[in-house]
Amino acid sequence: MNQALLDLGDYIVTTLGEAVTGSELINDELVIWAKSDTLLKVIKFLRDNQNCQFRQLVELTAVDYPSREDRFELVYCLLSLTHNQRIKVKFSTSDETPVESVTGLFSSAIWYEREAWDMYGIFFANHPDLRRMLTDYGFEGHPLRKDFPLTGYVEVRYDETQKRVVYEPVKLTQEFRNFDFSSPWEGIVNLPGDEKAEQENEEGAA
Amino acid sequence: MPEATIKPLTLNFGPQHPAAHGVLRLVMEMDGEIIERADPHIGLLHRGTEKLIEYKTYLQAIPYFDRLDYVAPMNQEHVFALAVEKLLDIEVPKRGQYIRVLYCEIGRILNHLLNITTFAIDVGAMTPILWGFEQREILMEFYERACGARLHAAYFRPGGVHQDLPAGLLPDVLEFCDNFPAFIDDLEGLLTENRIFRQRTVDIGVMNFDEAMDWGLSGPMIRGSGIAWDLRKSQPYDCYDELDFDIPVGKNGDCFDRYLVRVEEMRQSLHIMKQCIEKMPEGPVLAPNHKVTPPRRDDMKRSMEALIHHFKLYTEGFHVPAGETYIAVEAPKGEFGVYLVADGSNKPYRCKIKAPGFAHLAAMDYMCRGHMLADSVAILGSMDIVFGEVDR
Repeated sequence: MNQALLDLGDYIVTTLGEAVTGSELINDELVIWAKSDTLLKVIKFLRDNQNCQFRQLVELTAVDYPSREDRFELVYCLLSLTHNQRIKVKFSTSDETPVESVTGLFSSAIWYEREAWDMYGIFFANHPDLRRMLTDYGFEGHPLRKDFPLTGYVEVRYDETQKRVVYEPVKLTQEFRNFDFSSPWEGIVNLPGDEKAEQENEEGAA
Repeated sequence: MPEATIKPLTLNFGPQHPAAHGVLRLVMEMDGEIIERADPHIGLLHRGTEKLIEYKTYLQAIPYFDRLDYVAPMNQEHVFALAVEKLLDIEVPKRGQYIRVLYCEIGRILNHLLNITTFAIDVGAMTPILWGFEQREILMEFYERACGARLHAAYFRPGGVHQDLPAGLLPDVLEFCDNFPAFIDDLEGLLTENRIFRQRTVDIGVMNFDEAMDWGLSGPMIRGSGIAWDLRKSQPYDCYDELDFDIPVGKNGDCFDRYLVRVEEMRQSLHIMKQCIEKMPEGPVLAPNHKVTPPRRDDMKRSMEALIHHFKLYTEGFHVPAGETYIAVEAPKGEFGVYLVADGSNKPYRCKIKAPGFAHLAAMDYMCRGHMLADSVAILGSMDIVFGEVDR
């Protein structure tokens, strides 16, 4: 347990009060839980406060949990060179609510948010230039969502007659194979065939 | 004659251009020869690495890291191995740690050799690339002798490295360490005092402290701006805290300083490599936890349990307890990180790769504005961009 990080977490939670919902240490890394409407305030505080000085935004990403009501968990990784510490700010959001952009605080967020928009379809409000980033021009869908298939929907090939690259629906000559090597015995209480033993017992009793 | 307003000329640079360092498409709005706006279009090498990793076991995910920054592949594997080790809470034996650090530093020299020489060719010097690639070949041979592959190594595994080094390799590395400084001197003789090289790089693409922070720069980019920040020193991993080395920093934050930082880093890497060879203890190179690392070949011939471990490991793979971590290492290009979310199964739930080149290229527009067209090539060269990691 890293005491300095615990203290820092407590300090941030007590100073910011209502703006954050808590802090915790996951694998010895400090995580601050924010809310979507107070995000800018929290990030600004972490950047400017003397005891924090997290002046670099090293990473901004999302994790998709389709079963949750707010399916995306946004993660902001900040780094303080002065105090040699890292911190993560997290909060959950749905695919419909726009998230306030932090590009006003960190210029590096411009591309990170573009990437998150491209990959997950999270909309960032007040972003200066929210275009797609890594996918093809005219691409549809958000590939890193869990409900997006690994193979995608379209494939490209060069068409000799039309003299250009054409898009076609993806055709798999073989079904996508998901090898599940997980042990079939783990977590199973009743093995197939067990019911026979019970039937025999009942028959024996009758 | 009344003054006419001229619409800025839009210039398309790349993606098939030798100075684009791969597949960068740069759309520039020009006012005469002055760049008003540079808009990098990336993603032409996007292979969906992060998505693919979600469908692979932890062990199968490692080769994808070689293919990110293919100039220094082992440095990328390192970060993934460290992240998995942290989630599994396993310790790497000392010899494994030293081998990893040795090969990370070889990777750093590999990377800087490529960057400095291609940077030089971008601004007009032809010879360094021919000399530099000769030296790279020697280093790639060290890669090949350790793991059998020149580029796509898959050598660093969670728990250590895949195999021990073959006999006779370390003396050869030591010999290289003795010969290489003479090459660096030759290289510097061609470039450092070269008038053309200086005219093309000094005071070009200057980034000061605040700008470097704001844009999230790292590695030689941030050290060129005079910030002594190196994760090997400040947040040491593996055995870096037992080794002695210096962090070179620049003064002006221009392209020339970044070049100087890289040259000095090569010398420091040699210093680290020598220490690694000196201090390298005998012993195992992989953690003895056979739920995670494969058993020894000869054990498998005799022990049923070892055979089962081997089979389970290469079909099902190992399960990583639920949790998450962000781990970063000082890759040659800067802070290379991985944000790994595990859900308790044998596959990562999410694996976000933080590539230093991505952040650097994001600053391209800012750095190019107001510069001449020819300077954009110098700036791009000094950023050390490899599209394998930018596009992922």
